[in-house]
Amino acid sequence: MAATHDTAEPTRRDILFLATAAVGAVGTAAAIWPFIDQMNPDASTLALASIEVDVSAIAEGQSITAKWRGKPIFIRNRTDQEVESAKSVPVASLPDANARNANLAADADASDANRAAEGNEKLLVMVGVCTHLGCIPLGQQGDFGGWFCPCHGSHYDTAGRIRKGPAPENLHIPVYSFVSDTKIKIG
Amino acid sequence: MSGHSTYEPRTGAEKWLERRLPIIRLMHDTAVSYPTPRNLNYWWTFGAILSLMLVVQIVTGIVLVMHYTPHVDLAFSSVEGIMRDVNYGWLLRYMHANGASMFFIAVYIHIFRGLYYGSYKEPREVLWILGVVIFLLMMATAFMGYVLPWGQMSFWGATVITNLFSALPFVGEPIVTWLWGGFAVDNPTLNRFFSLHYLLPFMIAGVVVLHIWALHVVGQNNPAGIDAKTPKDTVPFTPYATLKDMLGMSVFLLVFAWFLFYQPNFMGHPDNYIPANPLATPAHIVPEWYFLPFYAILRAVPDKLGGVLLMFGAIAVLVFLPWLDTSKVRSATYRPLYKIFFWIFAACAVGLGYLGSRPAEGGYVVASQLLTAYYFIHFLVILPVLGFIETPKPLPASIADDVLAKQKRTGMQVGVKSVSEGH
Repeated sequence: MAATHDTAEPTRRDILFLATAAVGAVGTAAAIWPFIDQMNPDASTLALASIEVDVSAIAEGQSITAKWRGKPIFIRNRTDQEVESAKSVPVASLPDANARNANLAADADASDANRAAEGNEKLLVMVGVCTHLGCIPLGQQGDFGGWFCPCHGSHYDTAGRIRKGPAPENLHIPVYSFVSDTKIKIG
Repeated sequence: MSGHSTYEPRTGAEKWLERRLPIIRLMHDTAVSYPTPRNLNYWWTFGAILSLMLVVQIVTGIVLVMHYTPHVDLAFSSVEGIMRDVNYGWLLRYMHANGASMFFIAVYIHIFRGLYYGSYKEPREVLWILGVVIFLLMMATAFMGYVLPWGQMSFWGATVITNLFSALPFVGEPIVTWLWGGFAVDNPTLNRFFSLHYLLPFMIAGVVVLHIWALHVVGQNNPAGIDAKTPKDTVPFTPYATLKDMLGMSVFLLVFAWFLFYQPNFMGHPDNYIPANPLATPAHIVPEWYFLPFYAILRAVPDKLGGVLLMFGAIAVLVFLPWLDTSKVRSATYRPLYKIFFWIFAACAVGLGYLGSRPAEGGYVVASQLLTAYYFIHFLVILPVLGFIETPKPLPASIADDVLAKQKRTGMQVGVKSVSEGH
């Protein structure tokens, strides 16, 4: 209607329209971004992205559950028998031979040393969510002395590795580190 | 000006849809080919600006609700959480709060445009009344929205305004209890205001559709106030009005942005940053600025019921305006006497607004009473009489003539050819 010129040459009006539309497009994108970004986790949620847990009070053979990013974290001070029985399993025979440990390389194998805490083989820190469909496994139950998921019958051993049942992976180990002798920071 | 539709579906897809739901035809007839008077000035862009602001308020509102908690114990801190923790939360909150003020700035300009140019006169009476309905819905929405942050002004404003209904004899007290859902403004009140605040904007949107429909049936008014008679008097909505509206919106958004980024709390009240305390009334309870003229009228009358009736009456009188104004001439451009009274009325409205912000003491009360009296005298006495005694200036023969005469006066001959472009 306005740009009814049929000549091949772009007119001044055409260029002005194009420039205005381009600036308008950039402005619109800039205006829309906050409406999209506001749905991303806010500062208060991100503040809970890392938690610190005091592990010194956990007695041998005792477990505690911490809440991290909305999920349960099993922290267990294992007995020597539990450690021994985990070490005695040949890694190649496991249904899932991957360590599933976020602190190690992606291809690390599921030896007990790669599952237990660095420098403290009795400490086990795992995300307590069954890798099958997300139920919380029950501790010190099941055929392998570790954890048993009642939803569909997955059995995990004393290092939290899947041994029997439909779960495809070992219980995941989150990013964590010791910030002091008694405290770990998860996440 | 709803003439014959000029839309011709071109592609196969358009033809397919056209036969089943002619929505492209509707959009074309409404906003592309729609004949628009060629002499509209920038006061006519405020309709589009208002539509934009409604969309802005709805979108920012929906997004804010994702983070707001409508409970008396959590509302205030959830708003502070939005301001401090939510990504761009500060921006969204300020957009919504300042957007409401900008919405009212635009609606007052839009209304005063209508008053000046006689846009309420025959055959636009229904259009005007729909506008009054939208105005009322806007005020209800804004009032309830202001309660939601649960600050001191939120709480006490809600208490004062809901208490107004107790002025009604017999049914007053039960109605107030019913509104509150309790014995005072409390959690039930907050919850229901939250629900209704979310609902009402969509009702506004519905009435806006009716408003635009009523407009398109009779056609736009214009600064000369005379009907468009021939195709020479109009231009297609796109690109002329479309681009003019976009420019108007851009300037408006600049003003909005200035408040939003440099003075986001200027139009608000600091007391609303104090969490609501049912046991302590602030020294001076004031509503937001856009309610101040009506607040002044309310307080001007010493009688409780009288004040309530007069305040609602001040809005009700607008409904009857098409019949109160007896002049056959629409535009104030050709009504020299009315022009003077228009500006006096505008000053009266601003004056009432100022007085609404002052404490109800001494000289302020007397001034409020004088200006309230003048407000009603303007509508009920001056306008009816003026139509009979005023001698209007001669009207131009047509809109096209009016535009060409102006161009001749300013020496800007845009070329006779441009007149025939209004196909």
